[in-house]
Amino acid sequence: MPDLKQTVAEFGWPRVIIFLFLVALFVLAPFVGVRLDDSLTNVLNRFGQNAVFVLAMVPMIQSGCGLNFGLSLGIIAGLLGGILSGQLGLAGAAGFFGAIALASPFAVLLGLGYGKLLNKVKGEEMTIAMYVGFASVMFMCIMWLVLPFSNPTMIWGYGGKGLRTTISVEKFYRGVLNNFLMIKAGEHLRIPTGTLLFDALCAYLMWGFLKTRTGTAVTAVGSNPDYARASGLSVDRMRTVSVVISTFLGAVGILVYQQSYGFMQLYGAPLQMPFAAVAAILIGGASVNKASMLNVILGTFLFQGLLTMTPSVINAALQTDMSEVVRLIVSNGIIVYALTRKTRVAK
Amino acid sequence: MSGKLDLKRFLSGNAVILVFVLISAAAIPASKLSGTYIVQEMLTRIGRNSFLVLALLLPIYAGMGLNFGMTLGAMAGQLGLICAVNWGITGVEGLAFAALIGMPISIALGYVCGSILNKAKGREMVTGYMLGFFINGVYQFTVLYFMGMVIPIRNASILLSRGFGIRNTLNLESVRQSLDLLWSLKAGPYVLPMSTYLVLAALCVFIVWFRRTKLGQDMRAVGFDMGVAEAAGIPVDRTRVIAIVISTVLACFGQIIFLQNMGNMATYNAHDQTSFFAVAALLVGGASVKKATIPNVFIGVVLLHVLFVVSPRAGQNLFGSAQIGEYFRQFIGYGVIALSLVLYATRERREAAALRASTYGAGRKAAAAGGSV
Repeated sequence: MPDLKQTVAEFGWPRVIIFLFLVALFVLAPFVGVRLDDSLTNVLNRFGQNAVFVLAMVPMIQSGCGLNFGLSLGIIAGLLGGILSGQLGLAGAAGFFGAIALASPFAVLLGLGYGKLLNKVKGEEMTIAMYVGFASVMFMCIMWLVLPFSNPTMIWGYGGKGLRTTISVEKFYRGVLNNFLMIKAGEHLRIPTGTLLFDALCAYLMWGFLKTRTGTAVTAVGSNPDYARASGLSVDRMRTVSVVISTFLGAVGILVYQQSYGFMQLYGAPLQMPFAAVAAILIGGASVNKASMLNVILGTFLFQGLLTMTPSVINAALQTDMSEVVRLIVSNGIIVYALTRKTRVAK
Repeated sequence: MSGKLDLKRFLSGNAVILVFVLISAAAIPASKLSGTYIVQEMLTRIGRNSFLVLALLLPIYAGMGLNFGMTLGAMAGQLGLICAVNWGITGVEGLAFAALIGMPISIALGYVCGSILNKAKGREMVTGYMLGFFINGVYQFTVLYFMGMVIPIRNASILLSRGFGIRNTLNLESVRQSLDLLWSLKAGPYVLPMSTYLVLAALCVFIVWFRRTKLGQDMRAVGFDMGVAEAAGIPVDRTRVIAIVISTVLACFGQIIFLQNMGNMATYNAHDQTSFFAVAALLVGGASVKKATIPNVFIGVVLLHVLFVVSPRAGQNLFGSAQIGEYFRQFIGYGVIALSLVLYATRERREAAALRASTYGAGRKAAAAGGSV
């Protein structure tokens, strides 16, 4: 019994409550007329869409840079890649992987700059990351209006200038991963195998990376910078490496998201995206300075499960839409909770 | 050598304010707005926004950085206004009533916020920011579901048609500009909301007085060095909580003043941008995370709002799109916050490195300058 208590205490009460709440939602679902197979399809879809974003949190947490509230920089790189791929008229798998290739230089450059900046402001990374992210999103809003893209499916019909707020990727790379080896079991249950496999590949690569020499160095820098410096590691370099990887994964993440969701969302859309990823990894049991693959998978599943199940079950049961409020309270509550846990703040 | 260093220090110390003056100087002529219009806008906006910005000062004295948790107070003020409209209390009495309702709520929220920030020492700003989002969820829950369902609402016209929850826009006609118009002065082409200015002046006097009290001195000691303050017998945690409580209550009053001037209230997102505007204004005025003065507040409000007034027009005239100006001013707002946080954090680290170098002697100096610290 004390064992259970200790396990729960270590995992954290908020997470246990969220887990139980999700279980309760699944149990309740059939009683209020929500089909479980439908729900499962939705949860898996959204899991696939978001897992890479959540994975992007891992390297920076490990290297001691904290939660990457500036993930929007990676998202911006991904959006640029997607738009360039659309502009070049690439389609299907070529479109998707072309978009990743085109996004990479932006992701690496932005990541390098962002990493250098974060090295200058150790101890204040998170607040600054958030505002750097916001400012970049707003800067890109101007760019989306003035950059000379010309593919007619992407720009506003009237005036013929400026990119649309949402661009359908139907003709570019919609469902490239989702439809790959998709399992259709019955009328309602569809498993987006390709996306899940891609997520698994990314997670495997990340896991493998953390086991390499550089990966261990990144973790060492995060868990004890003084010790790492004493053993001859360059703290700043390792941190920059982690930031670049995180930014790159943000770029890949938005493209995975788009191919499943079906639309590119420009302008203000990336503003709030980092918060969902931050909340997810924290719900999965990560702390501000320690994260594992298990945290990523569990967290994405719990958080996306909650986002999918709350609206359908609560709406069916109470006839009101409380999902937005539940989302606000749960996701921000868990972030506040994690920030108040006692951890060493690296200066 | 020393002259060069001074210039560099001056530039880095005032970089934010200089950048801002330059951008504004370029944007004002481009907007083609008349001087009279801009001046009148500024006179109005000083009355409307300064109170909220002043609410940020105490937590800075206490070393807690920019109080992004001020949103909590803004929400308390909005709850007060909803009650005032519900009970049909009009004019200045309505505002006073709203403040009376908002005060206990903001004291409670401020206490919660302060206690949480004490558990997150070293990252107060990001925690306060996220706490604002969290309490926003609770606020939405209360206003959207509880009001009319659990909390009785007598005035059916402010309810959504489904019978519970407050409408998306709350008409504040009953208290609209009641404080501003209590005593307003016409000077040439300008209208001065003197009564609001008097309230602002009273708050400034309060802040100046407060800094000299025992509590105010303690607060600055805590802000200077928590360890030393603790050793000197100052109850550090308690002092920090008090700073946040006062700031939250002031933000509550500030939001009421802000909204009475606007005349209507977006029930569910009037508070979204409160901390953004207030923090950006303060930083534009030359304040930093650790140091802010009353002049910073007023300089900042004027500079930020000049840009906010002129940039959509400037965007329209320069690029043929008001939208660009709109995005530009948000970019500048967020960018200013990021820039001044970065400048402050780098300066802090450089000073720490210099201190270390001078303590340990010249051998370490090279290492410190190399940036590997």
